[in-house]
Amino acid sequence: MLSQLIVGGLAIGSCYALISLAMVIIYKTSEVLNFSQGEMAMLATFVSFYLLADKGLPFWLAAILTLAFALLLGVVVEIVFLRTAKNPNVLGLIVITLGLEMILYGVAGWRWGPDQQAMPFPIGNTEIYTVGSVTFSRISLWVFSLALGLMAALGLFFKYTRLGVAMKATQQNHLAARIMGIRTKRILSFTWALSSLVGTVAGMLIASSYPLDVNMMMDPMMKAFAGGVLGGMVSLPGAAVGALSIGVIENLFGGYVSLEFKSVVAFAIIVLVLCVRPSGLFARHYVKKV
Amino acid sequence: MDMKRDYYEDIQMLPSAWEGFWFVVLLAALALFPLLGGNYYCYLANLIAINAIVAIGLNLLVGYTGQVSLGHAGFFAIGAYTSAMLYGKYGLSILIALPAAGFTAALFGFLLGLPCLRLEGPYLTIATMGFGMTVTQTIGHWSFLGGRMGINTPKLQILSWQLSKDTEIYYLIIAVAVLMTIGARNLVRTRVGRALVAIRDSDIAASTTGVNLTYYKTLAFAVSAFYTGVAGALFAPVLGFISPENFNLITSIVFLGMVVVGGLGSIFGSIAGAALMTILQIQLSAVQDLWLIGPLISSISTRWFNVGGMANVSNIIIGSIMVAIVIFEPMGINGLYLRSKRFFKSWPF
Repeated sequence: MLSQLIVGGLAIGSCYALISLAMVIIYKTSEVLNFSQGEMAMLATFVSFYLLADKGLPFWLAAILTLAFALLLGVVVEIVFLRTAKNPNVLGLIVITLGLEMILYGVAGWRWGPDQQAMPFPIGNTEIYTVGSVTFSRISLWVFSLALGLMAALGLFFKYTRLGVAMKATQQNHLAARIMGIRTKRILSFTWALSSLVGTVAGMLIASSYPLDVNMMMDPMMKAFAGGVLGGMVSLPGAAVGALSIGVIENLFGGYVSLEFKSVVAFAIIVLVLCVRPSGLFARHYVKKV
Repeated sequence: MDMKRDYYEDIQMLPSAWEGFWFVVLLAALALFPLLGGNYYCYLANLIAINAIVAIGLNLLVGYTGQVSLGHAGFFAIGAYTSAMLYGKYGLSILIALPAAGFTAALFGFLLGLPCLRLEGPYLTIATMGFGMTVTQTIGHWSFLGGRMGINTPKLQILSWQLSKDTEIYYLIIAVAVLMTIGARNLVRTRVGRALVAIRDSDIAASTTGVNLTYYKTLAFAVSAFYTGVAGALFAPVLGFISPENFNLITSIVFLGMVVVGGLGSIFGSIAGAALMTILQIQLSAVQDLWLIGPLISSISTRWFNVGGMANVSNIIIGSIMVAIVIFEPMGINGLYLRSKRFFKSWPF
């Protein structure tokens, strides 16, 4: 029972972790809190559904086209909505991404309606492995390993590639990065594209095991946000650990205490943790100097 | 013309006799409105007034104190359910239930304000958002409050006066709204209001000049929650039926949208933003019946989109307005008003 709940929690937690990584990538580089992350992923997932179900493309081709769409969506959003805002404050940025969330939600809802769809996925949900007393489906194994692989790849990307280092430099000091010859505007567009890509992978993985509809990313995005905040919002491993632990804790709470209040427990933990450590578990608390 | 000669002129409620005159005209127009407008327009006015109370309360927190909240749907729900329980189940008068709802919400606002003292940015947002979702979920699973099915709210009664029609509830709501607006205007011109603005501009500078941050930040949360709770208490009888669906995250986002679209730190702006957003929401919920735009959108829907999802057009439009306001006119409707006033005053230069 216990190990089964933990495995289930890790499977959903790794989806949360991907979205939360996508949010942290943007927050790290540009200090924008992207509330539209979930809806961007939802729209891209609907595009892949359209390519698979309506156009009848093979899965690998549809996946590649979807990821290309996600990259494009990220760049367009950054150029149209974020770059045009002149010196917005924190609240202004939050309102922009909230408005963007409503726009994307409206577009997807207008095109595909309120009905639930089933995503045609090449890996079925019915194949089940049993190890000891724990059973898990083949798809959750895929989700977990794909998420771990992507996290590792992101970590290596930020550490060893020129582009990753340039992104870190842009985050640390915008002006100094510009003086060193980094095209910071282009870096910001690329950040949004990368984050949209990571979020879309999470969206397609979620659509593989849950019904596909316009509301499907609402709840995962909240949990991912909570996980990111738990990890401190600026640290990639922190976000992954935070989101995974939210998934596990929530599943354990649902199994042992109360299934009804399962989705609230994440926020209760967040408030308690923030009371003790106001900047999350993995970030140093930033004290303002005057 | 606008020159202020001393401090007392700066903090006057009604700076000139003209403004006093227009204030009386406004009150008379509000009192006569039900005679001209029918039941439907009174219903619309009721919703606008309720949203205006919420927007003013939220503006005290966001626009004046600089604390972001995405959890005001929670306070709205607390107010609505408290009053619906008090006068529906226990038969108390609305005159008692209304302040009781406000003070219950204010208590929760105070409690939420305590952990929020040390938070800012994303951390503050997630804490308030979590509060709002927790309230909605708790109501949804608590059978005493009707659970997910919601509860009916009975007709209002003040002493022996039955308020059954929208035109009659209108007087109660408008009276409360006018009182709350005057209250907010009075609050921001006093010592407390100046302390809140000082915290918004720089909390460190405020605390070094002797503003008690703990006291004023929790006070701002409590006052804001009080306004929202009272509005919720008025919202329940207008709708006649409340369920957790009415108080979800989108509600909180739209509240914040009203404040930003209207103009941060402006009471006139809050009312204008609330009016604009409420009218848009009501008109766009039946977008296919609109004049000129309706047929166009219908034909676009059948051609490229989905007729079943046409109601989502309202999300697109409201979202676009929120984004456009932040990008092009960060001071909102109030900023537009101030700019056009300045243009006409200095015309033709």
